[in-house]
Amino acid sequence: MDKIFLVVLTPLLCALIAFIKGPAVKKWALAASLLPLAFSILLLSQFNADASTQFAVDYPWIPALGIHFKLGIDGISMILLLLTNLLVPLIILSSFKQEPKNPNAFYSLIFFMQAGLLVVFTALDGFLFYIGWEAALLPIYFICALWGSGDRIRINLKFFIYTIAGSLIMLIAIIYLHLQTPGHKYDIEAFYKLNLDPHTQAWIFWAFFLAFAIKMPIFPFHTWQPDTYTESPTAGTMLLSGIMLKMGIYGVIRWLIPVAPLGFAAWGQTVLILSVIGIVYASIIAFTQKDIKRLIAYSSIAHVGLIAAGIFAWNVQGLQGAMIQMLNHGINVVGMFFIADIIIRRLGTRELSQMGGIAKTAPQFAIAFLIILLGTVALPLTNGFIGEFLLLMGVYSYGIWYAAVAGLTIIFGAVYMFRMYQKVMLGTTNEHTSLFADIDGTEKTILLIICALVIIIGVYPQTILHISEAAVSNLVEVVNGKIQGFK
Amino acid sequence: MIKLVYLIPLFPMLGFLINGLGRNVLPKSVVGFIGSLTVLLSFILSLTIFFELNASQTKSFIVPLFDWISAGNLTIPFSFLLDPLSSLMLLIITGIGFLIHVYSTGYMHNDAGFAKFFSYLNLFIFFMLLLVLGSNYVIMFIGWEGVGLCSYLLIGFWFTNASYASAAKKAFVMNRIGDLGFLIAVFLIFTTFGSVEFAKIFPQAANMVSGDKILILITALLFVGAIGKSAQIPLFTWLPDAMAGPTPVSALIHAATMVTAGIYMISRSNILFTLAPQTLEVVSIIGLATAILGATIAVTQTDIKKVLAYSTVSQLGYMFLGLGVGAYTGAFFHVITHAFFKALLFLGAGSVIHAMSNEQDMRHMGGLKKKLPITFLTMMIGTVAIAGLPPFAGFFSKDEILAHVYEHNKILWIIGVIGAVFTSFYMFRMLFLTFSGTFRGTHEQEHHLHESPKSMTIPLIILAVLSAIGGFIGIPEVLGGKHWLAGFLSPVFGSSSSIMGESGLDHTTEFILMGVSVAGALAALLFAYTRYVKNAHVPVGDQVKRNALAKISLNKYYVDEIYAALITRPLDALSRFFFKVVDKAGIDGIVNGLGSGANEASKGFRLLQAGNVGFYLFMMVAGIIALLVYGFYKF
Amino acid sequence: METVNQVIKGVPLNHYILLSAIIFSIGVVGVLIRRNAIVIFMSVELMLNAVNLLLTAFSVYHNDASGQVFVFFIMALAAAEVAVGLAIIVMIYRNTNSTDVNVLNKLKW
Repeated sequence: MDKIFLVVLTPLLCALIAFIKGPAVKKWALAASLLPLAFSILLLSQFNADASTQFAVDYPWIPALGIHFKLGIDGISMILLLLTNLLVPLIILSSFKQEPKNPNAFYSLIFFMQAGLLVVFTALDGFLFYIGWEAALLPIYFICALWGSGDRIRINLKFFIYTIAGSLIMLIAIIYLHLQTPGHKYDIEAFYKLNLDPHTQAWIFWAFFLAFAIKMPIFPFHTWQPDTYTESPTAGTMLLSGIMLKMGIYGVIRWLIPVAPLGFAAWGQTVLILSVIGIVYASIIAFTQKDIKRLIAYSSIAHVGLIAAGIFAWNVQGLQGAMIQMLNHGINVVGMFFIADIIIRRLGTRELSQMGGIAKTAPQFAIAFLIILLGTVALPLTNGFIGEFLLLMGVYSYGIWYAAVAGLTIIFGAVYMFRMYQKVMLGTTNEHTSLFADIDGTEKTILLIICALVIIIGVYPQTILHISEAAVSNLVEVVNGKIQGFK
Repeated sequence: MIKLVYLIPLFPMLGFLINGLGRNVLPKSVVGFIGSLTVLLSFILSLTIFFELNASQTKSFIVPLFDWISAGNLTIPFSFLLDPLSSLMLLIITGIGFLIHVYSTGYMHNDAGFAKFFSYLNLFIFFMLLLVLGSNYVIMFIGWEGVGLCSYLLIGFWFTNASYASAAKKAFVMNRIGDLGFLIAVFLIFTTFGSVEFAKIFPQAANMVSGDKILILITALLFVGAIGKSAQIPLFTWLPDAMAGPTPVSALIHAATMVTAGIYMISRSNILFTLAPQTLEVVSIIGLATAILGATIAVTQTDIKKVLAYSTVSQLGYMFLGLGVGAYTGAFFHVITHAFFKALLFLGAGSVIHAMSNEQDMRHMGGLKKKLPITFLTMMIGTVAIAGLPPFAGFFSKDEILAHVYEHNKILWIIGVIGAVFTSFYMFRMLFLTFSGTFRGTHEQEHHLHESPKSMTIPLIILAVLSAIGGFIGIPEVLGGKHWLAGFLSPVFGSSSSIMGESGLDHTTEFILMGVSVAGALAALLFAYTRYVKNAHVPVGDQVKRNALAKISLNKYYVDEIYAALITRPLDALSRFFFKVVDKAGIDGIVNGLGSGANEASKGFRLLQAGNVGFYLFMMVAGIIALLVYGFYKF
Repeated sequence: METVNQVIKGVPLNHYILLSAIIFSIGVVGVLIRRNAIVIFMSVELMLNAVNLLLTAFSVYHNDASGQVFVFFIMALAAAEVAVGLAIIVMIYRNTNSTDVNVLNKLKW
């Protein structure tokens, strides 16, 4: 049995077992979710940090259509694999306090989604990639629509249709590429080898970009996101913001730019400008948000905008920054939403105006909140700084003015985050917050793990950077070579 | 010993961890002891290293620890640089830091957050040490932002007070504005010199032509960073608000160490600035403007800490003025002496506030010199030192800056001296209002008046001694000294001074300049004495009408109000506009419009599905015929 | 067989085409204007048989038997269709007491 199957397919098995298992499923789910994590650490221990694709498997799946079940892991995939398998146990643990109704279906869907995500992050076949892409969408739709709050059906329908519209356009591009390849393949290598004319590449670029931009989301394709994040159950929000949006980013790195380098050369700047606008725009909107989850949602748009800007600047610093920032953003945003969840669960409201003074009644909670917040605002020696520093440096290498505007996130992030911290934690207590209990058992465990990661990655990021370094440099070189070759 | 330099920041870090984790278990005495001990250990180590460096031939040591970030051609090592500049900063930070830790064991003794306070202080020392020890701009930036964080935590130490929490946030955000400038400067430095290491940048820069555009841009951006951190125009308003923090914090962070980080950074990058004379011009003008602005606001303030805060703003302005005219040694000299006397003054003010049961308004003080003799004496030394009267510390450093300013530009010098006269006036005004005359507070307060415990007075005495004699490290040649400091720092500033040229003032001029400023300070002292001691004038209440100038000064030139009107409120309005109009109605409107558009269209089209079989058939036949017709005409 | 072919070829092809077209058109018009389901059904058969006629004629003129083979297919199909179709019409009649197709307008919007 190939090792990669252990990682990718275990969640699928877990999903089935979780569905048919008896009522005491949540502890079992947690234990089971540690398996993929253990396997991915095993893979990491055997991983060579060079540019090659490792643990590759390639089975013909639907040979008549040239579809292969082809998976493989390089440095870029490795980071996302770790991210996914690290966050899923945390997300499952974080749901313990909520006691979702019908837990079998709930955990089963989470595992199913994990399987889809892992396929996306390891697929080397365009069709398989698309299958994984949609397979990850279905469970999250049900998680958010069934366990959400408020106007959840309408909001999730919008999210679903919006994303699927994007992915269908991507499917057209994939099929087009498939038809262009000699021997009609879906293999990513075959896609890379295509030498399409710039005009074709331009529309392929946009077709892929739409799907990825909606998923991330990049301004102005972001409007599904705040509503969905706000009304979803916390586990759903964490899955969406922590892992799922990385599908879009990963797609850009793996499929969009290398497959359509000339399209990127022609339109990359436009996207970069959109990303930079998104950073400032979302940050400014976050200033006056009154709902804690919505505020975090807008901050996430700003942070993802910076990641996208770093990628579209297309240099080693920017991409390495994007890689490590994907991990960091996953950790931090899950932490932030967990913090929000604790507050909302205790107070029964999302309104910032009804909070205040919690730091007095829950000092440990205040410390954890502050550490995660510092990671989010990219204070040096926290993980966020490493990412934002490299990303901004990448953007800077593209153009100083882009960096100057994108860098506003440093200031604006501090404004809205500290404003939120002040409204929630500082000041005097009111009748709701004066009884706020400090964090306990599982909450402490989760926050401790997240805080530890925030600081460890911030102090010694080399371990992570090293994983993707070679793959990223190679990718940058190849794509730049193609662009140069055309000129 | 130099190899052990990493222990210097490590000790306070350990203190932070022990006190932070054990804050609920450790008794206060242990917390205070650990907090102070760790800083003392760092101080002893710094002192040893200082002497070792002084004796050594090589004046610059790089101690690498590990590679922190590397990506592509970018490598940022986590390494420390020891040279005369950083070793002096180490002594100031750990030395004054230790005194303030000791002082805090007394001052904060009754506070519920005692352990939290000490852990924050230790964390601050850690970051400040990183700032000065870093061998490249990025490590410096860690410290740079880290001290900003500690400043945030300590200003908002009593966070249940909403306005304190706001002050903390304001400080952090304003610092961040500067930090962005710093960060972009780092990028620019990296792309220009291919490294962020000081040791690789400065030799390359020394070969560039003066006035190079890139150097001007780099230095301008670095200066933006310094403006934020060192509270210069236009980002100075956070510093007075920062007085919301406990007084030892004001002494340590907002007077002696953190706010001078900007001066340290420019001194460190002196060669870049020397080769960018245009930037230096701006530095000197902003510095002088800040000096005057701070001084003119300080003369009407009635809160004892606010006076000192604006005085700090003003003194920092002098340091930048010094940097701007190329008097790096003078500016750094002033950093040292200012650390002594301003820490002393703040701690003295803390002692007064402690005695007055947390009263900070000078209108309710008066006549304290009998009740608080040690505080009075030490504060008087501090006041004399800051006023620039010989032979106290401030005289030498301020005079050195002013002499260079005179050489550079006579008009700047005149304004600078006027500022110095103001300084002398508002400081003696504070001293007299607080300590002389009769007591103006409540009986309750009078009853509680007491001299502070030894843990507080001993640091005051030590700092007073330092403020008195601290200037002797830089006695100029004209007064028969050797200026030890200039000699010691010459490896750092050497290449800059060789570019700038030597001081060209003859001794007579120097004597006259000194005479003028001392005479001005004395005149201000006399004026303050007649007004506040002889005539026992007490500033009127806030609501009483006063003349326009005094009103502007009292209201701090309405800068906060202007910022609120020009920046905060428009941004908030923009935020609401973006959210409600652009996002909800605009972009989301389009997205929802597509959905509801499809919905509306289907409402129209579905009427075709009338259920009439004949109609369906007719449409089918019509469709077939249409296709046939199309086929005929097409081919 | 030869004689049948001779007989068929005795009439010019154009006449067959014209006749089929006329029958087909009658069928179409019948489908369009009549409302009785059985008549419509018969009109459909008429159209099918117009095509059958044409197929036979072409088959002969082309000397290719497959056209006639096709006719048999169509006839078989038509038989099956009649079986199912008439069954449906009977059911409709039982339910609505009418074979008017316009009564069946419930399936709309």
